[in-house]
Amino acid sequence: MNSHHVPAIELRGASKAFRTPSGALHTAVRDLDLVVERGEFVAVVGPTGCGKSTSLTLISGLEEPTSGDVLVAGEPVRGIGDRTGFVFQQDAVFPWRTVLSNVMAGPRFRGVPKDRARERAREWLARVGLAAFEDRYPHQLSGGQRKRVALAATFVNDPELLLMDEPFSALDVQTRALMSDELLDLWSDTGASVVFVTHDLEESIALADKVVVMTAGPATVKEVFAIDLPRPRRVEEVRLEPRFVEIYREIWSSLGEEVRITRERGATHAA
Amino acid sequence: MPHESVVLGAPAAVRTDRTQARARAARNRTLLVHGTRVLLLVGLLALWEGLARAAVIDPFNFSMPSKIWDQITQWAIDGTPQGSLWEQIWYTLYEALFGWIIGVIGGVVLGIALGRIRFLADVLGPYIKVLNALPRIVLAPIFLIWFGLGPASKVASAVVLVFFPVFFNAFQGAREVDRNLVANSRILGASNRQVTLQVVIPSATSWIFTSLHVSFGFALIGAIVGEYIGATKGLGLLVSASQGTFNAAGVYAAMAILAVVALLAEGLLAFLEKRLFRWKPADTSADR
Repeated sequence: MNSHHVPAIELRGASKAFRTPSGALHTAVRDLDLVVERGEFVAVVGPTGCGKSTSLTLISGLEEPTSGDVLVAGEPVRGIGDRTGFVFQQDAVFPWRTVLSNVMAGPRFRGVPKDRARERAREWLARVGLAAFEDRYPHQLSGGQRKRVALAATFVNDPELLLMDEPFSALDVQTRALMSDELLDLWSDTGASVVFVTHDLEESIALADKVVVMTAGPATVKEVFAIDLPRPRRVEEVRLEPRFVEIYREIWSSLGEEVRITRERGATHAA
Repeated sequence: MPHESVVLGAPAAVRTDRTQARARAARNRTLLVHGTRVLLLVGLLALWEGLARAAVIDPFNFSMPSKIWDQITQWAIDGTPQGSLWEQIWYTLYEALFGWIIGVIGGVVLGIALGRIRFLADVLGPYIKVLNALPRIVLAPIFLIWFGLGPASKVASAVVLVFFPVFFNAFQGAREVDRNLVANSRILGASNRQVTLQVVIPSATSWIFTSLHVSFGFALIGAIVGEYIGATKGLGLLVSASQGTFNAAGVYAAMAILAVVALLAEGLLAFLEKRLFRWKPADTSADR
């Protein structure tokens, strides 16, 4: 890295406040400072509902920060960039389109000719193991298969930035481990920079180069941990390694406190 | 149950017997339902006929099924005082269909536009509410004055009846599009136009279709009421002419014909809907 390198993503003191339906101002994130290097896999962990996802909507350009700067490749984010991919927590596939047509959607929106789009969509469907399902409709697939469609539909656009908002949280444990491994495979071929939001610390350590711990809401960065586990990793195996457990204990001492704060707040609200 | 046939012969045989018995019971139940249905209709008609013939109810005011049937066949064979029966049916259908198509197109386009463009919704919202609060059937006489005795006035009253339910459903449909789906398509590179055409409209179709069923009935009402108030042709005119000559059987006969026409149209819509919604799970109660 030379001295004047530009990180893939940089957040400088970014804050985002929303108007709630009752008119009150709710701050989701405040003074967020975060740097993601090119090709780096960064996991963001924090207590449930702390505002982690908001950081992704700011980077993607779906929302603008109330104050502070969001830079992608050194440029301030204005609107949705065409190098960004986003995998959502809930199903975001088009239910009225077939699997193939879903994966073709991105290239077609971007003006790629139909034949070329179909060809590329087929390539990606083959890579996620759904080649035989291209004529199915999403409701005919399992949750894991629908997630694969979403991954193929995202990767087919060749994103340089990959934003993932608890993408596997709705899947069962086995499917989840499988999908995590597949994600690592797909990612290692593309060299995209990834921001992966999750509340699952194990998942974040197994996947990432760097784990960012967020505070209880309004979220801001509490601590950043480098994960020095060697790649390639297999999710099910890496978590048995002594170094993994060590890292886990270290990060949990930081994250656990925030989780406790969130829980206590919930308790006082309930009381 | 393929694995069960591998087991001993006797239980397998019992199984198939029971399967057959179950199938027979299901068939019998269907027969029973249909049979009872027909019996109920026949019973009611017979009761009506009997009471009218025995002069328990006044046959002049209440007529009787046999007279109504005679009236229908007479119309069908000899034609009505206004011309052939088929011409009357065609006129009413034409007016209803024309009004329905205009009302649906207007309702869908405006509904989607207001659902997508906040500014339009804010500006036009109150006016649409006021117009909707108006009992629109009273517009039929005004349309008669504006557009005359011809089909145009009936088409107009059908349009105003159809427009509002379709509009509100399209508007709601456009508003309730899954936000994730819209965000996802924008990330994938869709322009505003592409979001409207390829995300909002497909998601709103199930909302719109619900209103299409109801609104075709409204279109028929609009056409009939328009004809009833003043027309040169149509089933509504048949009703008002029969009423004018104290021909109760004629009123009922026109009603029966209308019911058949409405049912046929409904069947056609259901068929189209099935074709259009192939992407939906067959059973909505099944988990996804």
